[in-house]
Amino acid sequence: MRYLPLTEADRRSMLAAIGVRSVDELFVDVPAAARLDGPLALPAHADEMSVEQAFRRLAAKNLSPAAAPFFLGGGIYRHHVPASLDHLIQRGEFLTAYTPYQPEVAQGTLQALFEFQTQVALLTDMEVANASMYDGATACAEAVMMGARVTRRNRVILSGALHPHYRDVSRTYGRFLGLDIVSLPAAWTGVEDLAGQLDKSTACVVVQTPDFFGHLHDFTALADACHAAGALLVVVFSEAVSLGLLKPPGAMGADIVAGEGQSFGNGLSFGGPTVGLFAVRERLIRQMPGRLAGQTTDVDGRRGFVLTLSTREQHIRREKATSNICTNSGLCALAFTIHLTLLGEKGLTGLAELNHAWAVATANRLAAVDGAEVVNRSYFNEFTVRLAKPAAEVVDRMAGRGVLGGIPVSRLIPDDPALAPLMLVAATELTSDGDIAALADALAEALR
Amino acid sequence: MTETRRTTSGHEGLAFEEPLSFEIGSPDKTAVDLPRLPDGMRRHADETLGGLRRQGPVGLTGLSEPEVVRHYLRLSQKNFSIDSGFYPLGSCTMKHNPRLNEKLARMPGLGDLHPLQPVATVQGALELMDLVAHWLKTLTGMPAVALSPGAGAHGELVGLMTIRGALEARGDARRRILVPESAHGTNPATAVACGYTVEAIPANARGRVDLKALKAALSDDVAGVMVTNPNTCGLFETDVMEIAAAVHAVGAFFYCDGANFNSIVGRVRPGDLGIDCMHINLHKTFSTPHGGGGPGSGPVVLSAALAPFAPLPWVVHGPDGFMLAEHADDTGGDPVGRVKGFHGQFGMFIRALGYMMSMGADGLHQASADAVLNANYLLARLKDVMTASFDGPCMHEVLFDDRFLKNTGVSTLDFAKALLDEGFHPMTVYFPLVVHGAMLIEPTESESKETLDSFIATMRALAERAGKGDVDFFHEAPRLTPRRRLDETKAARSPVLRWRPPAVDQAAE
Repeated sequence: MRYLPLTEADRRSMLAAIGVRSVDELFVDVPAAARLDGPLALPAHADEMSVEQAFRRLAAKNLSPAAAPFFLGGGIYRHHVPASLDHLIQRGEFLTAYTPYQPEVAQGTLQALFEFQTQVALLTDMEVANASMYDGATACAEAVMMGARVTRRNRVILSGALHPHYRDVSRTYGRFLGLDIVSLPAAWTGVEDLAGQLDKSTACVVVQTPDFFGHLHDFTALADACHAAGALLVVVFSEAVSLGLLKPPGAMGADIVAGEGQSFGNGLSFGGPTVGLFAVRERLIRQMPGRLAGQTTDVDGRRGFVLTLSTREQHIRREKATSNICTNSGLCALAFTIHLTLLGEKGLTGLAELNHAWAVATANRLAAVDGAEVVNRSYFNEFTVRLAKPAAEVVDRMAGRGVLGGIPVSRLIPDDPALAPLMLVAATELTSDGDIAALADALAEALR
Repeated sequence: MTETRRTTSGHEGLAFEEPLSFEIGSPDKTAVDLPRLPDGMRRHADETLGGLRRQGPVGLTGLSEPEVVRHYLRLSQKNFSIDSGFYPLGSCTMKHNPRLNEKLARMPGLGDLHPLQPVATVQGALELMDLVAHWLKTLTGMPAVALSPGAGAHGELVGLMTIRGALEARGDARRRILVPESAHGTNPATAVACGYTVEAIPANARGRVDLKALKAALSDDVAGVMVTNPNTCGLFETDVMEIAAAVHAVGAFFYCDGANFNSIVGRVRPGDLGIDCMHINLHKTFSTPHGGGGPGSGPVVLSAALAPFAPLPWVVHGPDGFMLAEHADDTGGDPVGRVKGFHGQFGMFIRALGYMMSMGADGLHQASADAVLNANYLLARLKDVMTASFDGPCMHEVLFDDRFLKNTGVSTLDFAKALLDEGFHPMTVYFPLVVHGAMLIEPTESESKETLDSFIATMRALAERAGKGDVDFFHEAPRLTPRRRLDETKAARSPVLRWRPPAVDQAAE
C-alpha cells in the first residue's frame, strides 16, 4: 500500500519494543462488542490508474463549462486562473502545512495572510480584514451575529436582494441564537425601502451590491440612516472582481463588509471550497470573528508575523469566543492573494473593465431576442432577464442544446410566481462573441 | 538593519529574506496580460454603472510573473510542512496528502463544474457526493450524513443544530450541553453558537470522562453531551457505551467529536457505540490537505433520529437519476436550514474519495493500526525519559506532561522550540488542559520507523539536556529557523494587521 511506510518487519520489531504480541492488544480499551473482526464491506485498495479511471468515468457524466457556452454566476463566477498561481499553491510547503501555530516555521503562510488582509482591506476600503471565513454565505452570517453582539440588539434586516444562500445561512444561524431575522421580499427590480425598516431594536441592516439580481447600489444614505438609529450597516458582495471598478463599501460608510472571494484564484469546484472575506472598521477589531495575522518582531529585532488577538478565539476563550470558527480557507485565501498580486492595480482594473464590457455586450444582444427583456439599468457582470416563459424550463431546454445559459431565479427562490420568468445571466473575461451568439440563438429557440 | 545579519544582502545562502509584495512592486507592472477590450464596448459601458465608478486607485502594487513566482516561492520556503518533515501535531492528524487527489480535483468535468448547472448536466458530481456519503456511512455505521459543513467546527455546529432541531420538533426545549474537559476546545464555543449553555464535566484519574460526574449532571434539561472519542488525551473512552445509554435514558443526544477518527477508522464503527452524530474532518482522517489552515470539510454522520433535520441540500435518488433537494419542501424531512453556500466542499469530497478508494477497506484497516502502533512505539521508547500522563496503551496520539521538566527551568514551550532547530515540527503543546504543560504527539501512519527512531533519539537527547540544566540552550531556541521567537505580546498590544504605505505611517506619527 503506497501510502504506508511500515514493513511487516518494522511492525514486528515495534510490537516487541512495546511489549505486545499483536496490534489488537493496543485496541484493548475498545469495548469488545464494538470491535470489528475484519475490513468492512467496501472495495479493496486500488492503484493510481484505476482510481483515475473511476474519476474519469464520473467526470464524463457531467457537462464541463469548458465545453459549452457558459453564462452562470449567482454568487460564483468562472474566471481565468493563471497557470503560475496553480503551480504556487501546490507547493508542498503551502499545501501541506497546518494553521501557523509555530510562527518561527510558518512565516510563509503568515506573511501571505498579512498580504491577504491588506488586499481585502484595500479592495473593500475598510481598515481591517481577517484571515478569511469558509465562504461568502457564512461570512454574511458571522456579520449578522457580530452586528447583534456589538449593538446588543436583536433585530436584523436582510435586504430582499441579498443572495438567497446568504439569507438562508443567516436565518439558520440567527434562529439558534434567538435573533429576530426580518428578510424582505425579493427585490428583483432593484428598488426597496430599507431605511423605513429601522427601529430602536435593529442591530444591523444587511445589503448587497452588486445585488443578487445584478443591480448596483450606493448605500451611503442608508449608512447614515443606520448610524442615526444606532444600527450597523453590513454590506455584502459575491463578485469580488466588481470592486476593481465600483465604489467600495467602505466609501459608503459600511461598518462590516462580508463577501465571497472565489473570483480571485479559485475555480468553481461545484461550489466549494471558496473563501469568505470579512472586513470591519478599526473600532470593531476585537469583536471580529476568525483568525488574524499581525506584524511583530523576533528576539533579533527582525520583522515577522504571528496569529494575534487570539483572546477572541475559541481555543482560548472556549464558551466566551466571538465565533467557533477555527480552520478557515487558508489555501483559497492564498490563491486569492496570489491572483491579486499577479493582476496588480493595472490588471485588476483591466479585468473588471473586461467583465463589465462583456456583460454589456451580452445584455445588448439578449435585449434583441423576442420574449427576453433585460431588467437592469445598472449591473457589473451579471444581470436579470425577464422571459416570456418560465426560466427553469428555458434553462433546461438550452442545456439540452449544450448551452449553459443562465440560472433560473426560481431555483434559489421557489414558490413566487413573480420570479418564475427571471433568469440570471453572467459574463466574464472568458465570454466570447461566439458564446454570446450561441446563447442568443439557444434562447430564441427555447422561447419560440 | 539588525546586528545579527551575517551577509550584505540579508539572504543567507538558500535562506532568502523576502519583503511584502507591497514593498517591491509598482502599480505600472502586471503579471497578467488581458485580451483587448472589444472595439466600441467601452463607449457604452459607463451608462450601466449607475454613476458608481470607483474613484482613485485601489492601492494594490504590481509585479511581473517572474517576480510573483519568486516572491511566493520564497515565502513557501519559510514554512514547515508534512512534505518537508515530521509534523506530529496532536489531534491534527498531519498525514501524507497524496498528489493523485490534487490531480483528480482539477480534472475537467469535476473541478470546473458550476454548482447551479441543471442537475441533468452534473449527474457524475452528484454520484460522487453519493459515493462519499456511502463510504462515510459504511465506515461509521451510521444511516445518514450531512456533507455541507465547511470544516470540523462547522460540523460540530451543524450536529448540535440537528439535535436542537429534533428536540424542538418534539416540543422539548432543553438548555444545556455537557462538555468534558478532555473535549476539543471548539466544543464549548460551538454549543454557545447554537444557543446553549455549557457545563464542563471533569476527567477522571485515568484521563477519561468521569462517568459518575456525568451521570450526576444529566437531567431532562440536557440537550446533549459532546464527547471527543478517542479523546484529546489519546485515549479511548472505555465507558462510551455506558455514556450513550445514560445520555439516551434522559432523552438527550450523544454528540461525538470525530476529529480523532483516524485511530479507529475501519476497525470500530462509531454507530456501534451508540452515538447520534459525529463530524468527520476530511482534512484529518481522509488526507485532504490542511493548506496552512483550510479549506477543511466536516461532514456529519447522523442517526435515524437526527437524519430528518440534516441541513440543505440533500442528494437524493430520483426516478431519472440523482436529484438535489435544495429546499425544505423537496426533502420530505425537516432540515435545520442551510449552513453554507451551495453544496459543501466538493473539491474536498473529490480528494477524500480519491484517498478512500486508493486505501480501500483493507488499507484503512491497516492505516489505523499503523497510526496506533506508531504512537505506542513513541510511548514505549520515550516513557523512561519523559513523563507519560496516563498508562498505555494509547490510541493514535500519546500525551506527555511537563513533570519530567520539573526544576529544570525548561518549559514545555522551550522544549518545543528546541525541536524546531532539530528539523521536527513540535507536537501540540499546552493542550489538552487536563494535564500540566501538555505535549500531545500524533505521529500518524504516514511515518516510517526510521523517522520515528530519529525523532525518538532527538527527544531523548533533549530530555537529557534539560535534565542536565542546560537552560540557556532551550531559552535561546530556536536559532536556525527563518525567524526566532516572536513577540506575541507586542503583536496583540498594538495590532498591526495590514500593510500601509510609508507616507501614511509618517503622517500618523
